[in-house]
Amino acid sequence: MKERMSEELVAMRAAKELKDGDYCNLGIGIPQLCASFVPETVKVQTENGALGYGPLLSFADMEKLAQQPELIDELMETRDPDLSDAGARAFSPAPGMSFFDLLTSFAMIRSHRLTSILGGLQVSEKGDLAIHSTSDRDPYPQIGGSMDLAWGAKRVIVAMTHTAKDDTPKIVKRLSMPLSASQCVDLIITDLAVIEVTPEGLLLKEVAPDWTAEEVQSLTEATLILADDLKEVEL
Amino acid sequence: MKDKTCTAEEAISEVRDGYSIAINSWGLTGTPAYLLRALRACGAKDLTLYCNNFIPGISALEEIGLANLTGLLPQLKKVVSPFIGGRAFRNVLAEEEDIFEGRVQKGELEIETSSHGIYIERFLAGAMGSGGIYSPIGVDTVIEEGKEKRTIDGIEYVFQKPIRPDIGLVKAHRADRMGNLVYRGTSRASNPVVAMASKITIVEVFDIVETGELDPEMVVTPGIYVDRIVRIPEDDISSESKTNEVLKMIIKRRIEAEAAMSANPPQS
Repeated sequence: MKERMSEELVAMRAAKELKDGDYCNLGIGIPQLCASFVPETVKVQTENGALGYGPLLSFADMEKLAQQPELIDELMETRDPDLSDAGARAFSPAPGMSFFDLLTSFAMIRSHRLTSILGGLQVSEKGDLAIHSTSDRDPYPQIGGSMDLAWGAKRVIVAMTHTAKDDTPKIVKRLSMPLSASQCVDLIITDLAVIEVTPEGLLLKEVAPDWTAEEVQSLTEATLILADDLKEVEL
Repeated sequence: MKDKTCTAEEAISEVRDGYSIAINSWGLTGTPAYLLRALRACGAKDLTLYCNNFIPGISALEEIGLANLTGLLPQLKKVVSPFIGGRAFRNVLAEEEDIFEGRVQKGELEIETSSHGIYIERFLAGAMGSGGIYSPIGVDTVIEEGKEKRTIDGIEYVFQKPIRPDIGLVKAHRADRMGNLVYRGTSRASNPVVAMASKITIVEVFDIVETGELDPEMVVTPGIYVDRIVRIPEDDISSESKTNEVLKMIIKRRIEAEAAMSANPPQS
């Protein structure tokens, strides 16, 4: 079995899409990992009401904390209880940072001014996104800000694994999972490939090291169009 | 001018059975934990709770008395929230999750969910006295089920009703005696819209200053929206030092839980 790209590499590749002066929002899952790779000239928004904040404090790095328990005390001293992101992770301040209430925050999210990097459960060949639930019978779908972020972004990048754990394709002809927002996805970045959603269909632009276009297609339900300049994923 | 300060018990005595209550709830930041405890103590039942995130409790919080929405469960008949459930934390929260799911399955707890943007728009509609909003979010999704759809200038929208809670519980950083409020960092969140949309707004703060001491340019919620101001005791469990103790405990538990998980992975 060939090795796929790690989640960190997928996040690194996704962060490369962010350009100087961009504003972005990072969703739950692999997108959260992008925070470590976002250049300083890109401002990150969190839907609970902050823009342009500094690095996250490493609360999430449980492995490190498990090995060095004294770090927990240190984190508590540096932590400001009033600075936390939508995932309740503490962040540090940065020059130019701003705070606002949720009316302002969601108007911002729907302003088509933010690049939105989201996770995904399924993406269709038309760029329809399923992100909030695996089943129509879900008693409490976890929608959160995902529909607003998918609908209202300047550009939607989905960063996810190429298949489910059992190798079921997540890039499909038509969604079998509940729709979150239709025709919203611009770019799909997975542990196997970089795929652009175009009016003609899904354009395979990059493949993971050691993987061929045919192998990627065999794990993709939708038909992929090969880019003329198809290349290995550039990090 | 009438002094709006009172105790949590006095303020919460406004709550009646069957009332709807709105809070900001986003982890520990900006959540009115002190008033939530008073709400639990008052025992009012059949309540509808509007909250940003309904993550069924974290037992560590319960032990030291911080906001715990699982603890409030027996008093609730309905939860309206864009993010419900703690499946993401399943390994540490299995027990709370089961209590919550059990109530939903037995039909004892009604759940209403939507996108977070719609949730906030509905508060704005409530504050403005609008009859509702037509939102572009959720077209052709689970959100539009049973709701009016309308095409305006070629774009489809889904109708959403306003939210006008009976009581809003708000956490602010500082208040003056007139109820003018300033917030700090991301603890602002939905506190200002909750204050504007609610029929009665109760605020908890650590710091109450004399009228005139707040810079009017910095006031986010004008005092007209605030009916009661409750001062949180300095040594309260929701103070910074106590919160840090809880967080340490949570982190240590998560480390233990993850170690247990990796030693004994679940069969799936």
